[in-house]
Amino acid sequence: MLTYTIRRLLLAIPTLLFISFIIFLIVKLSPSDPTAGLPLTIPPEVREQIRESLGVNQPVFVQYFRWLQLMVWNEPLHLIEGWTGWNVAPESTTRIISYQTRSPVMDLIMQRMPQTLWVVGISYIVGIIIALPIGIISAYRQYSWFDQLGTFISMLGFSVPTFFTGVLFIVIFAVNLGWFPSVYDTTHVVTDWDSFIVQLKQIIMPVMVLGLFNASQISRFMRASMLDNLNQDYVRTARAKGLTEKVVVLVHVLRNSLIPVVTVIALNVPAVFGGAIITEQVFKVNGIGQLLIIAIQSGDVPTVQTVSFIFAVLIVLFNLIADVLYGVLDPRIRYD
Amino acid sequence: MPDGGLPSVLDVKDLKTVFRTRRGEIHAVNNVSFHLEAGELLGVVGESGSGKSVTMMSLIGLLPMPPAEVRNGRVMFEGQDLLACNEDQLRAVRGARIGFVFQDPMTSLNPVFNVGFQIIEPLRKHMGLSKSRARARAVELLELVGIPDAARRLGDYPHQFSGGMRQRVMIAIALACDPKVLIADEPTTALDVTIQAQILELVKELRQKLGMAIVWITHDLGVIAGIADRVMVMYGGQVVEQGPVRELFANPKHPYTRMLLETVPSVTGERAERLQVIDGQPPMLAQSPDSCPFRARCPLAFERCEQENPKRVPVGPGHDAACFWDVDAGAPRDV
Ligand SMILES: Nc1ncnc2c1ncn2[C@@H]1O[C@H](COP(=O)(O)OP(=O)(O)O)[C@@H](O)[C@H]1O
Ligand SMILES: [Mg+2]
Repeated sequence: MLTYTIRRLLLAIPTLLFISFIIFLIVKLSPSDPTAGLPLTIPPEVREQIRESLGVNQPVFVQYFRWLQLMVWNEPLHLIEGWTGWNVAPESTTRIISYQTRSPVMDLIMQRMPQTLWVVGISYIVGIIIALPIGIISAYRQYSWFDQLGTFISMLGFSVPTFFTGVLFIVIFAVNLGWFPSVYDTTHVVTDWDSFIVQLKQIIMPVMVLGLFNASQISRFMRASMLDNLNQDYVRTARAKGLTEKVVVLVHVLRNSLIPVVTVIALNVPAVFGGAIITEQVFKVNGIGQLLIIAIQSGDVPTVQTVSFIFAVLIVLFNLIADVLYGVLDPRIRYD
Repeated sequence: MPDGGLPSVLDVKDLKTVFRTRRGEIHAVNNVSFHLEAGELLGVVGESGSGKSVTMMSLIGLLPMPPAEVRNGRVMFEGQDLLACNEDQLRAVRGARIGFVFQDPMTSLNPVFNVGFQIIEPLRKHMGLSKSRARARAVELLELVGIPDAARRLGDYPHQFSGGMRQRVMIAIALACDPKVLIADEPTTALDVTIQAQILELVKELRQKLGMAIVWITHDLGVIAGIADRVMVMYGGQVVEQGPVRELFANPKHPYTRMLLETVPSVTGERAERLQVIDGQPPMLAQSPDSCPFRARCPLAFERCEQENPKRVPVGPGHDAACFWDVDAGAPRDV
């Protein structure tokens, strides 16, 4: 298992290099100008100088390798320095700098990461917690009214896009009922009970929107996987041993059914981050997703490149985690 | 009650199980009665779909309900009627007093738990053994069914065992709590011939050691001949003939049993010429059970077989058959 993991990690390196280069080319090919957002009064010579100083006139390969060097060497060193206080990093000029804000991209990401993690993470966990029991009961009582209702709601939750449910929730719960704020205030700090309630109120709607979507998907998976297993011969054996239905279903069947579901949950983590881009936009959560959208709009190549690369890393990483989990959960799988 | 006067371990009377499906009711088990004496090995034969499995599963509530429904009958076991028991009472019988071995050892064990866990489960539940006592007993059981290096193999998963070894594990699980009755539903059908013979030997040996009664389901009369005390032949959800093994093989009275015996390849080496396949289709269990289920394929059928479903009548010592035609007299029976 360990050698397998190491081999997969090594294999991930060329994959990520390739992905990052493709992303770089695509971002570069887009006809955007980093000086387009500057005031019109700036004369063309100055604009040219700005472009020169940003390095955008250099050959694409040179720019790519410069970005790559900063990404895999300088930035990790800065990160280590930030955590440990050791003075290992080169001068602060040698970092990936955002065209738009002129500050290091990694700092922007680090500022925004907590918001995204809170909203995305909680909604994913809420989604899983809701989905698993629903999936189990739906399968055990297949075609009951509970199952029918669950099927209906998850079809809705799965097929209606989050930007629609998000706006719908805002109209109903924020505008008409006034229960929750429609904008997520990221500067809010939790210090006591009251501020915790405020935080809870503002996080409920984005979490509900994303959680509904996640729960719909996962509960379908859980149900299908349970149904697959409930008809297996080993379930009859378990009953023939005189075990209670609780043990038969929640030990024997569930343990088998969780294998594909856990894999799907792990595989879906990057997609959930991706999906959160929309939700962050709807609820004005200034997380990673919003950073990416603003960067795209203003032609901020280093930021777009870096955030996209982080998404690519997440996808590769969680693919590996899913495979490793599969091997851990299913004794029949051997990675040798 | 059998002739000897001793009470039977298991006494099934007029068992009737139907499946309700969209296309109507399927009479899978139709008024089946049989008994099992202590320490006896009863062979149950019949072609696929004749209701052997459904009969045995009906006894202790292992059928999915719905679609199955046990409509009628009485199953006396250790002084109680199993059909009148609630789920809790049945669970106390299943796996403890009545053990089950199923056909396919490849799929009958849970793939994600090691075999130790799967043997220990009933021991802890029914016998209330502590973890360490249950473990020790599990090792004993694996040794009993002939698995070498038993203590080490407790931690192995089913996929690490061969088919024959897995069936041995299944037998160990079924025997874990020292049951009175072992029901083996085609336990060797999915195995190679040599492995089949080994499992048969094992069961014979275990029966001597432990003395439980066994119901051995198979569609292979050859297997039955070597192992059973008594044989029950099923067709179309009914028992068509029943008797001591020698008597039944020497004097089959039901046309279906006779045809079955003709399809068994000769033991003396005359090779497959004698192997005939029974003509005609297996019975439609969907039809209403008020005529003989075998009439459409029966060479001896006459009008009465259309109008009535024959009851089992005595045809020899401990031997009965359900047929209107008396093969010895060559004339209809007057019952
Ligand atoms: N789940 C089910 N739903 C409907 N019919 C069933 C079901 N299980 C069994 N049957 C019917 O019961 C009949 C007897 O099946 P079974 O007892 O398994 O036969 P066998 O003698 O081969 O063990 C089959 O022919 C089938 O039509
Ligand atoms: Mg069967």
